[in-house]
Amino acid sequence: MSPAAFKAISSQMQVLGNPSSLHTHGRSTRKSVEDAREVIAKQVNCLPSEVIFTASGTEANNIALKGLYWQGRAQGKNVVVISAIEHHAILDPAQWLADHEGAELITVDVTADGVIDLVALKNVIEQRGSEIAVISVMHANNETGTLQPVSEVVAMAGQIPVHTDAVQSFKKTPLSFSQLGVYAMTLSAHKVGGPLGIGALILKRAVEIPALLHGGGQEREIRSGTLNAPSIVAFAAAAQDEYPSTQVAQLRDQFIDRVKELFPDVIINGNNVDRLPGIVNVTFPGTQSDTLLLLLDKANVSASTGSACSAGVHEASHVLLAMGHTQQSAQSSLRFSFGSTSTLDDLNFILSVLPDVIARGRAANIK
Amino acid sequence: MKLIAAMSGGVDSAVAAARAVEAGHDVIGVHLALAANPQKYRSGARGCCTIEDSHDARRAADVIGIPFYIWDMAEEFHDGVVEDFLAEYAAGRTPNPCLRCNEKIKFAAVLDRARSMGFDGVVTGHYARTQISESGKTLHRAVDHSKDQSYVLSVLTIEQIAGAIFPLGDTTKVDIRKEAEARGLAVAQKPDSHDICFVPSGDNAGWLRDHLGSETGPIVDQDGKKIGEHKGAYTYTIGQRKGLGLTVPTADGSPRFVLKIEPVTNTVVVGAREELAITTMKGERPVWCGPQVTDKEQEGFVQIRAHGAALPCTYYFDGQLLVAKLAEPLLGLATGQAMVIYDGDRVVGSATICQTQ
Repeated sequence: MSPAAFKAISSQMQVLGNPSSLHTHGRSTRKSVEDAREVIAKQVNCLPSEVIFTASGTEANNIALKGLYWQGRAQGKNVVVISAIEHHAILDPAQWLADHEGAELITVDVTADGVIDLVALKNVIEQRGSEIAVISVMHANNETGTLQPVSEVVAMAGQIPVHTDAVQSFKKTPLSFSQLGVYAMTLSAHKVGGPLGIGALILKRAVEIPALLHGGGQEREIRSGTLNAPSIVAFAAAAQDEYPSTQVAQLRDQFIDRVKELFPDVIINGNNVDRLPGIVNVTFPGTQSDTLLLLLDKANVSASTGSACSAGVHEASHVLLAMGHTQQSAQSSLRFSFGSTSTLDDLNFILSVLPDVIARGRAANIK
Repeated sequence: MKLIAAMSGGVDSAVAAARAVEAGHDVIGVHLALAANPQKYRSGARGCCTIEDSHDARRAADVIGIPFYIWDMAEEFHDGVVEDFLAEYAAGRTPNPCLRCNEKIKFAAVLDRARSMGFDGVVTGHYARTQISESGKTLHRAVDHSKDQSYVLSVLTIEQIAGAIFPLGDTTKVDIRKEAEARGLAVAQKPDSHDICFVPSGDNAGWLRDHLGSETGPIVDQDGKKIGEHKGAYTYTIGQRKGLGLTVPTADGSPRFVLKIEPVTNTVVVGAREELAITTMKGERPVWCGPQVTDKEQEGFVQIRAHGAALPCTYYFDGQLLVAKLAEPLLGLATGQAMVIYDGDRVVGSATICQTQ
């Protein structure tokens, strides 16, 4: 957690008061929450009233996708359109809507570089536009860092509500809710140095969608539940930290160059398009990424594989599969993330252990 | 040494990993995911393979203080163990899948992968011992004979035994549970597993029928006369008496036993108890857990079931088959089972029974 966020959460936790209470303590906490709301609003260029605090990015995605779907269904629209590389927090609620709520799910493919195929999307909108309840396209992909052309999507969509999951993009790349013109946008604190378990849905003013959680109606009657004031103020504190994009991108580019020198057969996924500064997704042919992860972990380097199923088994990334990888090559891929605290020493250390890890990984490859 | 501890989520593998750490080894815990679509919860007497079990393994690793990962071996397990199990039954033989899993998964796929990654061996919670003697590292029965698992480990080659660490062989199960309790392992009182892990219901015959079909066929006596009908030949076992559903009594009223299963004609042959008696067994594809057996007859013991008795015998290797001659006749021996030769407590080797006389 960023020092500013840590300081904010620690001091707020010592303050008594439910922000919904009307007495002095309650009002005091409420003031802190509303200050935080204004900070977040300013960071993403939206109105404070458009910020709905949630307990996670996943919750914000669920509120947006399901709420906009139900709103559309009430007008006879039952099609949900998403890209093939969405996070599971969009993929799974979309599938749930199809399985349980009568939605027709249309998944739009991506190019080999991992960017939504706008021609395909255009066709879908031309053919089915009047039936589409919601389109959801992420702002940047979490596995490859590739930026998605959300403004173009919005322009194509016209009157159709568009949601974007911007969890990865917030603070890493310019992000303006009003400029994008989306109906709804998802943020999460832990991706910007804030605490775990706090997120926000930015929802256009005057857009009223059915709620998922019913109760006290604290957040625009769309999200009920006592506001988590300490996490909210810490989220705002973290959101004000400067993110050194240029420095991180330089480190990333150096990493890519040197990995390519060391292993000429690697594939850098999504390397040819605009993407976030801190994410590199590398395919090391002839390896299994869970083996590499274990060996790197042992050497004190934390890298990530695509995702794990509920049993903890590493699975081929649906993002890489959508980009044209085979099961095997998708399972030979690792994501390295660089952040504001990463240094050249860190980079040199990774590169010093990588040759041995890859050699052992290749020897241990049984697939 | 740098070791991988295979952790099923049960008490034995948890204590084995803890002991390996205490012995000064650098240990990493690994849970093997063996089912492609694991069930959420344990059911019946199954000890691994569910999400609940992988959680138990993870928490044990937390208590022991070692890193923990999950390795997906579902494909290898399916190809090497489940398919083999089905093929053996379909061919009228009685396989032991635990033995196949040790041979092909735990001490092959896992050990090979571990070694390639720079580890020296694999720790498991099997009840067996190893000893270093003049002829190298040898495999022996556990001190707790009631829990001894050397039978299902008898398929390990010298090379595999060299990379196997069995920290529990010198202790009884009762004491392992006490030790787990003392170590604060939540799995201390977790029930033992008995059933075949990939048969969720515990109903082996039903599972086989589901996978191999249930084509009915004749039950015949030794003269070839049809006296009944069976519901899938492979659901019967040599020596089986109950569940035959025969209505034609024998002349003297004595019971009938399954003598033979003929998969090609889908026939089950039954007969008198005496007909089951055999005195010689021969096994193919022998594996030597120590020095190779020669053509010179030796005295020892042969065991034909995981927790069966050690039967006195003489044994030799004729260059093709491992032969054991029993001191006393034995009733009901199915081909496909493993014959494991012991020299006292030492495992000499094993082979798959292909002929009996």
